Amino acid sequence: MIRKINRDPVEPAAGNGILSRRIFLEGTLAVGATGTGLSCASAEPLAVQPWMKTPGSGFVGYGQPSPFESKVVKAFLPSPATPGVGASRTPLHLLEGMITPSGLHFERSHSGIPDIDPDQHRLVIHGLVKRPLVFTVEALSRYPMQSRIAFIECGGNSQVLNAPQAQPLNATAIHGLVGCSEWTGVPVSTLLDEAGVEPAARWVIAEGADAAAMSRSIPIAKAMDDALVCFYQNGERVRPSNGYPVRLLLPGFEGNMNVKWLRRLKLTAGPAMSKDETSKYTILLKDEKAWQFVFPMEVKSFIARPSPGLALRGPGFYEISGLAWSGNGSIRQVEVSADGGQSWAPAALQGPILPKAPVRFRAAWQWNGGPAVLQSRATDDTGMVQPTRAQFAAERGLRGVYHYNAIASWRIDEMGEVNNVYA
Amino acid sequence: MSTPKRIAGCLSMLTVASAALAQAPQFGQPIAPADIAPWDISIGPDGVGLPPGRGTAIEGEAIYVAYCQACHGEKGIGPSNALAGALVGGIGTLAPDKIPVKTVGSFWPYATTLFDYIRRAMPFQESKSLTADELYAVSAYILHLNGIIGATDVLDAHSLPNVRMPNQDGFIPFPRNPK
Ligand code: HEC
Repeated sequence: MIRKINRDPVEPAAGNGILSRRIFLEGTLAVGATGTGLSCASAEPLAVQPWMKTPGSGFVGYGQPSPFESKVVKAFLPSPATPGVGASRTPLHLLEGMITPSGLHFERSHSGIPDIDPDQHRLVIHGLVKRPLVFTVEALSRYPMQSRIAFIECGGNSQVLNAPQAQPLNATAIHGLVGCSEWTGVPVSTLLDEAGVEPAARWVIAEGADAAAMSRSIPIAKAMDDALVCFYQNGERVRPSNGYPVRLLLPGFEGNMNVKWLRRLKLTAGPAMSKDETSKYTILLKDEKAWQFVFPMEVKSFIARPSPGLALRGPGFYEISGLAWSGNGSIRQVEVSADGGQSWAPAALQGPILPKAPVRFRAAWQWNGGPAVLQSRATDDTGMVQPTRAQFAAERGLRGVYHYNAIASWRIDEMGEVNNVYA
Repeated sequence: MSTPKRIAGCLSMLTVASAALAQAPQFGQPIAPADIAPWDISIGPDGVGLPPGRGTAIEGEAIYVAYCQACHGEKGIGPSNALAGALVGGIGTLAPDKIPVKTVGSFWPYATTLFDYIRRAMPFQESKSLTADELYAVSAYILHLNGIIGATDVLDAHSLPNVRMPNQDGFIPFPRNPK
């Protein structure tokens, strides 16, 4: 729906220039009495551009972004001796909306991206089932399918915010291990029902067909609830980096469990205790104990714009835009602050608001040119509120590495430069 | 299908409907457990899935030096590849307020995980290439470097699950998982 613009002044809603979200709800644009554009000088006379005088180029089989957008790429550190280990990050500070373009969706892989021939690929279901079954990709694609829009967030996302000192990094480097797609596939429950689950089965060990045979144990309740074996990502076949030809989707659960290149589901009474559910993806607490099997990615948000590298160009009106999500449900509210959390005002939420999917939030801000600390704080429909860094640390310490979801802060200085800080 | 003609219209609709209800699509192909075996590389913490074979730390040293040391460092310490990480040391560093050094020795709860993981994923450039004896031996070497077993202790399908790891009781459930 397009909203009409109403030019009534908008009242402040929180300290240091945060304006009422009425500006989005009603489309208001003028800002108080001091509304400012960038410049009052007259614009140049308009020229007729060369691309209006000769025909443009012809068709291509697979469209690419404009060459002028060549900086919008995933961010990663090369790992020359062991390429394909590690992660590449979604360029969150350069994107809008809730869907991540498939080619920009973050990747985490443990032994590179396998080059899988879909005709040779098989998915086997065995263990505590009445009938062990094997499926070709072609057979899987004959079942009735379902689509859902869901985020996938790596359990290790934002882990650098555990560091004692705030690092000079941007939104992509800090939060870029999250992406959202429309995923389409077959419910895991359909396939498990066909195999016939034995009553003793409590866990499903999922395994990938990569060189690491990445493996995770999933509670059977999740597998039977909303798990999907996905073929399609945003309408086209899943990208190799995201699990071609088939991957597991466990909406809301930590990314590592959404096993890519899925080749095997083994039903068992107990978990496998695989490397990635013992050595990794466990959360060492303040004492010597570690939480194990931490499934949901809990409520979280961050501000994508303004953010480091996207400096402000002088005092005036700015839209604050970011993403909020919860692995436990839907986002109910996002609040923003420009004074480091002393005062908050609700942001406008851009629909659709879907469970276990990110929501784009927007707030209007009148920057007065002075120092500011921007923060966002999300609440989900279970009532869980994103913790402050101090609350987060009080519960679990800062040695846990994984599942960091505390409120993040950008400091703006008088020059308009934006930096990652703890506030 | 042989249906008496006079009720054919009515009945055939019923037949179609009940056939549709009775037969959810079934496109999986049955497969015998023996034919799955080459793919079934999961090893449980109880040792289920461990293959026959045996090895000791003394035998494992040469395998480690040849296939693992380049990335994981001499004696499992000081890895040249940061992503690979140290496999040895760190015992005692989980204590409150210390900087944790999480290794096989200091952090892993089960020795079976070591065999399972090396078999499926290591050596990095050529995973699934070591024999069962080599896997037992190199696992024994890493456990021995961590002071968990002796140099001549034999690891096999029986003894490996009985190795008690220093941090076996270090894990607790997350209190906020969905039911
Ligand atoms: C070419 C470099 C390389 C070689 C050689 C190599 N590894 Fe690794 N190893 C890695 C990398 C990279 C990882 C991390 C993989 C990941 O991110 O999941 C790893 C992870 C591991 C881990 C898990 C560590 C932990 O604490 O989670 C173990 C155990 C291991 N390797 C054992 C071995 C053994 C045993 C060998 C020899 C048979 C070997 N590796 C050879 C690169 C290597």
